[in-house]
Amino acid sequence: MTNDPTANHSGVSLQVSRLRKSFSGEEVLRGIDFDVRPGEIFVIMGPSGSGKSVLLKHLIGLESPDEGEILINGESVQSPEIAGKYRMALVFQSGALLNSLTVAENVGLYLTEHRLKPPGEIARIVAEKLEAVGLKDAADKMPGELSGGMKKRVAIARALIIEPQLILYDEPTSELDPISAAVIGREILSLKQRIRVTSLVVSHDRDLAFGIADRIAVIHEGRILTIGTPDQVKRFNDPVLQKFLHADFQHASP
Amino acid sequence: MFENIGEIILLFWRTMLALPLAWRQRQKVFEQFFEIGNASLLMVCVLSFFIGAVIALQTGPVLVQRGLASAVGGIVGISMAKELAPVMMAILIAGRIGSAMAAEIGSMRVYQEIDALRTMNINPIHYLVLPRLVAIAFALPMLVTFAILVGWLGGALVAQANSHIAIPFQAFFANLRDVVELKDVANGLFKSFCFALIIGVVSCHQGLVTIGGPRGIGRSVTKAVVNSIVLIVIFDYVLTRILLK
Repeated sequence: MTNDPTANHSGVSLQVSRLRKSFSGEEVLRGIDFDVRPGEIFVIMGPSGSGKSVLLKHLIGLESPDEGEILINGESVQSPEIAGKYRMALVFQSGALLNSLTVAENVGLYLTEHRLKPPGEIARIVAEKLEAVGLKDAADKMPGELSGGMKKRVAIARALIIEPQLILYDEPTSELDPISAAVIGREILSLKQRIRVTSLVVSHDRDLAFGIADRIAVIHEGRILTIGTPDQVKRFNDPVLQKFLHADFQHASP
Repeated sequence: MFENIGEIILLFWRTMLALPLAWRQRQKVFEQFFEIGNASLLMVCVLSFFIGAVIALQTGPVLVQRGLASAVGGIVGISMAKELAPVMMAILIAGRIGSAMAAEIGSMRVYQEIDALRTMNINPIHYLVLPRLVAIAFALPMLVTFAILVGWLGGALVAQANSHIAIPFQAFFANLRDVVELKDVANGLFKSFCFALIIGVVSCHQGLVTIGGPRGIGRSVTKAVVNSIVLIVIFDYVLTRILLK
């Protein structure tokens, strides 16, 4: 994720093709293909262990694929020319805030470490981003003093500091109560409307997926089962998908 | 430990390449430096006082019996400066500071904070390892300087107070000045500088490769301390051989 956050600001397209990845001989991603349009909210939904988080790590460059390629606006993420050209941010499942820094220091970390702005300007931008996620008064708190939902909102503010063109969310509503989950969902929707950012959300939360997605891809055992609008996905007649969509306490089976 | 030696050397090399950035990270270097000093100074003084005292207590009566009472100051002086202060303080710092470094970086790794740094194009070596390594490389020789002085004081007090030794304070230090040269102290400080680099790089490496939650962090802390101590002892021999020439 980089670069100058004052640069042109609009969502990018993302294409993933024939992506394969194995760990210790076990194939986790088995030929993943999908594309995300500029400015849309694309949700990758699937049960735990289906390969969602591994896929996300490939998109942000924390893992390299065994096969296949990932293109941003038609350019491979592996090419050296692309480094610094597009601004991407990842909101981690846990928030991944640095526990030794205050909320404001966490949010401003990118600008501070890369010395992109003078300290006064950074403080102003940080306050603005915290206000955007409704945490204006939490600037001086330590991450340990925040609830799970607040941590994720701080992580979103930290992602916003670079004025991203693509935001990746890893299980943004996991471990949250329904109200906090709804706040996060609303935040993702509002970012799309306000800054036209492209959002890719990885989640097993059905309510979130059907509530915010323009399109949904369902992943199972490292393969894409289907891609479509929320209505198309609901109607897709696949036993694995229907079991995932309608699982409840009464009908639960391993 | 030895299967990771290549990774440790590589981490050390990458940190050395980043050394020109140390000034930019000076705030973090100062924070780490004061943390090391605050956490260790009192313990260093207590430990070195009693090490100096016990050398005087062990050697004093024997030397007095053989008419070599005046040599006590020299023995305490040289053993503290060249060997005991650097090695014992390095072991203490490996336990107190090396473990803290491995735990802090290890928990950052486990809880994805290091991944978060990478996604922000912040190099964890520049942000985490460099300030710690620079801070410990300055702090340990300074702590060893304190340890040498306090150790000499401990030896001198025991040599005067113990009735079986009873060497006056002035005589103790007169002999110490005759025997201990500036280069002996410099040798000890050079050793402590090398030990500091070992503790810093081994502990940071162990933190960076931590996997497996809280249990993994515990394992990393243990490995960081044990590996540092083993390398300190091995390098102590190697450095002593080199410095004797």
